[in-house]
Amino acid sequence: MKDMLIPSVGIITDIRKDTPDVKTFRVVAEGGGKCFEHIPGQCAMLSVPGVGEAMFSITSSPTQRDYMEFSIKKCGCLTEWLHSVEKDAKITVRGPFGNGFPVDGELKGKNLVFIAGGIGLAPLRSVINYVRAKRSDYGRVTVVYGARSKDDFVDFEEIENEWKNERDFSVHLTTDRPQEGWNGHVGFVPAFVKEVGLDPHDTVLLCGPPIMIKFTLSALVEMGFERTGVYTTMELRMKCGIGKCGRCNIGDKYVCKDGPVFRCDQLDELPAEY
Amino acid sequence: MTYKIQKNQLGGLFSAIAAKQKLYLPCTFSGKTDFALWGEDAAFDLDTLKTVKSAKEVFFPQCEDIVSFDTRGGNLTVTEAERETDDFVVFGVRGCDAAAFSILDSVFLSEPVDTFYKSRRDHGTVVTLCCSRPEETCFCSAFGIDAAAPSGDVTAMFSGDVLYLTPNTEKGLNLTKSVQNLLVPATQTDEKERAAEAENIRRITASLPLKNLDLSGWGKDELLEKFNSPLWKDLSLPCIGCGACTFSCPTCQCYDIRDFDKGNGVQRYRCWDSCMYSDFTMMAHGTPRPEKLQRFRQRFMHKLVYYPANNGGTFGCVGCGRCLERCPSGINIVKVIKAFGDNDR
Repeated sequence: MKDMLIPSVGIITDIRKDTPDVKTFRVVAEGGGKCFEHIPGQCAMLSVPGVGEAMFSITSSPTQRDYMEFSIKKCGCLTEWLHSVEKDAKITVRGPFGNGFPVDGELKGKNLVFIAGGIGLAPLRSVINYVRAKRSDYGRVTVVYGARSKDDFVDFEEIENEWKNERDFSVHLTTDRPQEGWNGHVGFVPAFVKEVGLDPHDTVLLCGPPIMIKFTLSALVEMGFERTGVYTTMELRMKCGIGKCGRCNIGDKYVCKDGPVFRCDQLDELPAEY
Repeated sequence: MTYKIQKNQLGGLFSAIAAKQKLYLPCTFSGKTDFALWGEDAAFDLDTLKTVKSAKEVFFPQCEDIVSFDTRGGNLTVTEAERETDDFVVFGVRGCDAAAFSILDSVFLSEPVDTFYKSRRDHGTVVTLCCSRPEETCFCSAFGIDAAAPSGDVTAMFSGDVLYLTPNTEKGLNLTKSVQNLLVPATQTDEKERAAEAENIRRITASLPLKNLDLSGWGKDELLEKFNSPLWKDLSLPCIGCGACTFSCPTCQCYDIRDFDKGNGVQRYRCWDSCMYSDFTMMAHGTPRPEKLQRFRQRFMHKLVYYPANNGGTFGCVGCGRCLERCPSGINIVKVIKAFGDNDR
């Protein structure tokens, strides 16, 4: 009987340096192909035996048949190790975990607004590329993405070369501060969403640092968005990924199993302990 | 059908059970009684009411291997740890600990199933033992548990120097059948004895100081009101975050997964953990529960509100009373329950 605690081996077949502290790792199963199927917003446990194991959002779209990608920021023990490895390194992978975004449910047919801050783009990119692959299933798409500097945009080339050319896509980038060589918008995301001019009937998918989520949500509510129309994805310490080890318990929910994707009105019913 | 055996013949009974399968039962080491594997020289102890740790460790060990990795030569191979494949008996489980198994089941046997736990549940036969002398710290009756009629594959009850054994399930019948030559069928007089002893146990239970513990204000409702209560501040002040409550608790099931570098590979194991510990929720960028108050609140909210919310109102406590005895600073779930009760009225 298969146990979700038991990982399989994954091989890192490609490493892309996105920003000074974010790399995107392409992972395939031993023997080729993906380690498992997933839906956008779901996560996987990656581990380097002896170093640690942690939960990461799967940034590639499930429509990518050959591999999975993980955009990982260097910020702890395991991620520092991952940033030090080279192509062909072996890690362990298990999953998928969590609920994912309702791409084939509530989001279908909707106009979508993606709002991301920094590495918060990682889980949203999975949805964005899923929507691109099934373009006629969804309405107009707006992407608002903020980073500390022009060098801190994850997947910058894909955004510039592909997303901006996609049908019915508008992409708005902003950086926290002015910088030589950056002619785009400067300012924080919460203020920028007001300037971009969004339709409060659109459905929002929001991900970024907690402080950015908080202020962006306030801005959206001021603009007339309903909290029931805003989805976000959370992260907490996780060990098992299946709602048993107790770490990611908030109120009567387990983020690893009941989340990580929550509607903002669902979050209002939970203790503010995240 | 109920059987009986004289107390002074129990050594022979345990020998006979242990000859066919592994047997865990309360044994005394250095003056402390805990569940342990039977051996001919085991100092078994069926008198102690509360073992130091609960019987949960028979099914959910304090530490267990789950998977190992061979990392030699730049390779990486994954080998799962073995599951339990042999039948075993756990003898002398009190009603509270047995009720806690159902709570652990709701966690570990819900999808996706924890196969390590399940293999032990499948292979284990539980013999529960009625509590002849419930203690002042006991409050299982508050959770609807009858110390005179605990669930289990076999229910055992002492009456004087006689131990009665009543099989309740097929597993239980198989067990009593396997040692039938040592057992005597109970007579009608014995049944009266048993009924009288059950009444006696219930009488003691009804006279315990915590018999009227009122849980009516707890459960799935008022989650945020309870969470945001100012009472947590004073309640959590004495807590030193030692985790003694969680480690002796029969229903606490939070665990950690860790790696041990063996030199030629890595052993991944899981072990009990505690939401009372400051690093429980620690991430690279910080923790959502930096304060003791938040960690203290999490444990009690989980047992009294969050778990009931997900399990049809069933509480995540069975009233074994171990935490009342173990806490070095005298704070416990009863005080929490009462503090909110007093405030509400």
